[in-house]
Amino acid sequence: MSAPLARTLTRPAIPAIRRVPWTLLVFLLMLPLPWIGSRYDTFLATQIAIDALFAVSLNLLLGTTGLVSFGHVAYFGIGAYVCGILMKTYGLPFVVALPAAGLGAAGFSLVFGFFCVRLTKIYFAMLTLAFSQIVWAVCFKWDAVTGGDQGIADIPFPDMHWMDAIPAIGGLAENGRFYVLTLILVALSIAAIGQISRSPFGRMLTAIRDNRERAAFIGLNVRAYELSVFVVAGGFAGIAGALYGIFTRGVFPDYVFWPQSAQVMIMTILGGMNFFWGPPIGALVLDWLNQEITNYTQYWPFVLGTILLVLLFALPGGMLGGLVRLGNFVQRQMARRHA
Amino acid sequence: MTISLIAAQFLSGLTTAMFLFLIASGLSLVFGIMRVLNFAHGSFYMVGAYLAWQVVTWLQPGPGTFWIAALAAGAGVALLGGIVERLLLRHLYGVDELYQLLFTYALVLILGDAAKFTWGTDQLSVHRPPLLAGSLQFLGTTVPTYNLFIMLLGPAIAIGGGLILTRSSAGRLLRAAAYDREMLGALGANVGALYTGMFVISSFLAGLAGALITPIESVVPGMDVQIIVDAFIVVVIGGLGSFWGTFWGAMIYGQTLSFGILAFPQFSVFSVFALMAVVLIVRPWGLFGRPLR
Repeated sequence: MSAPLARTLTRPAIPAIRRVPWTLLVFLLMLPLPWIGSRYDTFLATQIAIDALFAVSLNLLLGTTGLVSFGHVAYFGIGAYVCGILMKTYGLPFVVALPAAGLGAAGFSLVFGFFCVRLTKIYFAMLTLAFSQIVWAVCFKWDAVTGGDQGIADIPFPDMHWMDAIPAIGGLAENGRFYVLTLILVALSIAAIGQISRSPFGRMLTAIRDNRERAAFIGLNVRAYELSVFVVAGGFAGIAGALYGIFTRGVFPDYVFWPQSAQVMIMTILGGMNFFWGPPIGALVLDWLNQEITNYTQYWPFVLGTILLVLLFALPGGMLGGLVRLGNFVQRQMARRHA
Repeated sequence: MTISLIAAQFLSGLTTAMFLFLIASGLSLVFGIMRVLNFAHGSFYMVGAYLAWQVVTWLQPGPGTFWIAALAAGAGVALLGGIVERLLLRHLYGVDELYQLLFTYALVLILGDAAKFTWGTDQLSVHRPPLLAGSLQFLGTTVPTYNLFIMLLGPAIAIGGGLILTRSSAGRLLRAAAYDREMLGALGANVGALYTGMFVISSFLAGLAGALITPIESVVPGMDVQIIVDAFIVVVIGGLGSFWGTFWGAMIYGQTLSFGILAFPQFSVFSVFALMAVVLIVRPWGLFGRPLR
């Protein structure tokens, strides 16, 4: 047997980098933060974790399926309000409110998505924006239920007394415990989304992204797939929103305003929308930059706009895309040297 | 529900509609010809308003000050648009549409803060030009002469623009570019120059609209974000890319706002987005648009 052929037969089917349990690793890496970092660090890390989930859910639409949604914040907001209302107004426990928020968001994305997936490209984007603004308008005006423009404040933390028993975690204060809880929920959600992306269902989605017509020609029910991923993405965005509402101890119509959709899209693309871990990295960088820069100046939007410009013109693949390009370049240089 | 109330609402709606037409026409044409949905169009409008205020503040108050300021504002924004298109936007034409959209959004962020930095966060206003400072009585209601001017300017620009689009050779090139730009380039037309020209004209209209609204509404940060959503609704109703569609879309939207507030004050904010959603669901290409290929 020739050497190249032998090498092909013995090469692993899944490259090594894919077989690493990244979600578990990242979770373990971020877990010790409340013990080694400051309260401020924990605060920021909780925000990053929530935004990472939000961005990963958007990337299911954007990077995996090629659906450009400008209204993803609607489901984030619905999750936030459902959880907030259930916990504050009705006093339900977190363990009920969180799934309800996810299901509520998924339900709305089913209804809205049904109309959206009948359209493509710019019309799809505009309809998602329209629905998102409808959600905002309802949150803004329905004083009785959503608190109107004042929102709902003083949302309670979930009951975390059951953590007293756990050795290390029992010693943490409330926000440390909430961080651990958030990290667990976000890690589980991201792992689930990862499973979905790698499954045959996920493969069909990338087929749709690459060429919608061809996917339809080979027999895929494109609309059904798009609607399904829309619902899944919406549901996970709702979970992120629910966590955010508790994190900030309140839900306000501002959370559902359309620039927030743009913000999460920027996060996704900053990290690299062609990579599964692009969006979390984008969330990390953007949230950290946001905190740092707003310490010095009020002109964060200007900085964000400039970052976006640099991204669009110099780094279209995002940070991970840039890293991959760098890695390829280095590899080529080394190969040249060995030749 | 008296005649004078209906007349007042109708005229108010008409004024709003004509402003919206001025703003949205540029947005619609740029989309029709360049396939770029320019989020920054509202920012151009805002810059036009600020520039007008600035020129009025610099010049001696006089009969022609306002008009000079309005034209200067339009020209200034047109220049800004030209620079943006030539230096930045044209590098993104071959790339994914999403990147073009995000580019215009980056402009919104940058221009918004630049305006805040230059002119602060106070509300600014400009006096009406002395020529049009009066008012008329019409069907029992008082109409400021300035509003009447706007109500006449809108159709004038619509008819003038329509004539240019249909009767002139430049207009023919523009319509051809909207239909099939590759073929037009293959036939030898300078599509790049056409795009720049279109963007400049669209920016001029936005800047002019911003300048003209200063006597009626105060100039504040955030007016860019507010107006762009209204402009989107207008072009959706009228049909993306259609000039006359934008005119009638603006009319419909202006009157919906005007009478909607009378009928359902609680739901006006909700109803405009519901209207946009309904149009997109039932007839995505609006009244006069062409289904996207």
